[in-house]
Amino acid sequence: MIGIIDYQAGNLTSVARALRYLGESCQVSDDPEILKQASHIIFPGVGAAGEAMANLRQTHLDQWIPEWVQKGKPILGICLGTQVIFEYSEENDAKCLGIIPGAVKRFRKDLQQDCMPLKIPHMGWNSVAFQKDHPVFRGLSDEAQFYFVHSYYPAPADESLVIGWTDYGQLFCAALARKNLVAVQFHPEKSGRPGLQILANFCRWGGEDA
Amino acid sequence: MLSKRIIPCLDVRDGKLTKGIKFKGNIDIGDPVEAAREYYEQGADEIVFYDITASSDGRDIMIDVVKRVAETIFIPFSVGGGIRTVEDMRRVILAGAEKISINSEAVKNPPLISEGAKAFGSQCVVLGMDVKKVEASAKTPSGYEMIIHGGRVFTGVDALWWAKEAENLGAGEICLNSIDADGTQEGYEIKLTHLISTNVNIPVIASGGAGTPEHLKDVLTRGKADAALIASMVHYRYYTISEIKAYLQGSGVKTRMTW
Repeated sequence: MIGIIDYQAGNLTSVARALRYLGESCQVSDDPEILKQASHIIFPGVGAAGEAMANLRQTHLDQWIPEWVQKGKPILGICLGTQVIFEYSEENDAKCLGIIPGAVKRFRKDLQQDCMPLKIPHMGWNSVAFQKDHPVFRGLSDEAQFYFVHSYYPAPADESLVIGWTDYGQLFCAALARKNLVAVQFHPEKSGRPGLQILANFCRWGGEDA
Repeated sequence: MLSKRIIPCLDVRDGKLTKGIKFKGNIDIGDPVEAAREYYEQGADEIVFYDITASSDGRDIMIDVVKRVAETIFIPFSVGGGIRTVEDMRRVILAGAEKISINSEAVKNPPLISEGAKAFGSQCVVLGMDVKKVEASAKTPSGYEMIIHGGRVFTGVDALWWAKEAENLGAGEICLNSIDADGTQEGYEIKLTHLISTNVNIPVIASGGAGTPEHLKDVLTRGKADAALIASMVHYRYYTISEIKAYLQGSGVKTRMTW
């Protein structure tokens, strides 16, 4: 069973729908007792970092998620879920889970491409330049694009964790991996076949390093 | 760099497409879920549903359509038409839509935009604008006026002012429809699109007038639109979405070419 962490952050049903489409059984829950029965955990979310952290503290998931990561079992962060595994987010000046060293920063207002100011949020389909082979990101075409919606981006202190970079007036980390943890800034559940491929790969992944 | 998005628009009434859509073998499809699946396969980057149902029974049918669409396609889609309250928004979003769009109701009740943005985030709230060219005046200095109720009622609200105001209120995106160009298939209103898109910092989807792939190229380059809405040109099978995208990519407009 794939456990999907529920922390009142946006619409979690789309991840569950994508997994059901792939034939995976899954459960959306905020209860550690239920989540601990899962083989894999997905940590999704849309919304703001401050509120997300408040909700995680209330259900003690802020303790439970780092423990799960410690145990070496597979976990996938998506969008806001990816952001709150860092130490700190500029959004709401929020202290986060601190699983991965680094911060989450806001896109600068003066970003430009071809002399045109870039709009924020970064919303729509963009490419990801994958840097190394990883079981969760196998089987993707080089031309695959992914759906993003965000105004803040993760900046890991250790750039060797970055699996894929995306260009939006600047390069930012769109995918990272450390041991049993993978995290993406885009939405695989809304990225058509390449996104479904990543979810399917994750569900078959044992959490071993690349 | 972001790709420009190509977005087919489907009009729905009582859970059925208002106009049958011609698909392979010229078979008319009336089921919005099937149509969404076909466009997903053709490479649509997003899909817009516009629900023109009047009755409340019809609305329940639409919620069911939204659920089935969400189980079938794995790209973002939005639903507009008849959304009057945050509760209406919640039903559609929980059923699986990524975004909701509000149009006339937002002009009549602007706080609806901020309430929606607060409840679900700005990225969920699309402002639909129906705009008509008018004489520039003190009231409408941009020379474009907001029209509501399907293009029937002039509001006296300046379109440029309203676009900026809606952005301040928390709209995450604008779907900009030119009433003058709508249905002509003679091209988008480039001047209007450029005006709005370069004066707001949220994405603008151009709508109204698409007839050929060249029209899309025009509005996505000269018009500075972030996305282009299309209807008849694909519904009647004059073009497939893949053909349009291949043309755009070939003329230097970045699109998503693998799906």
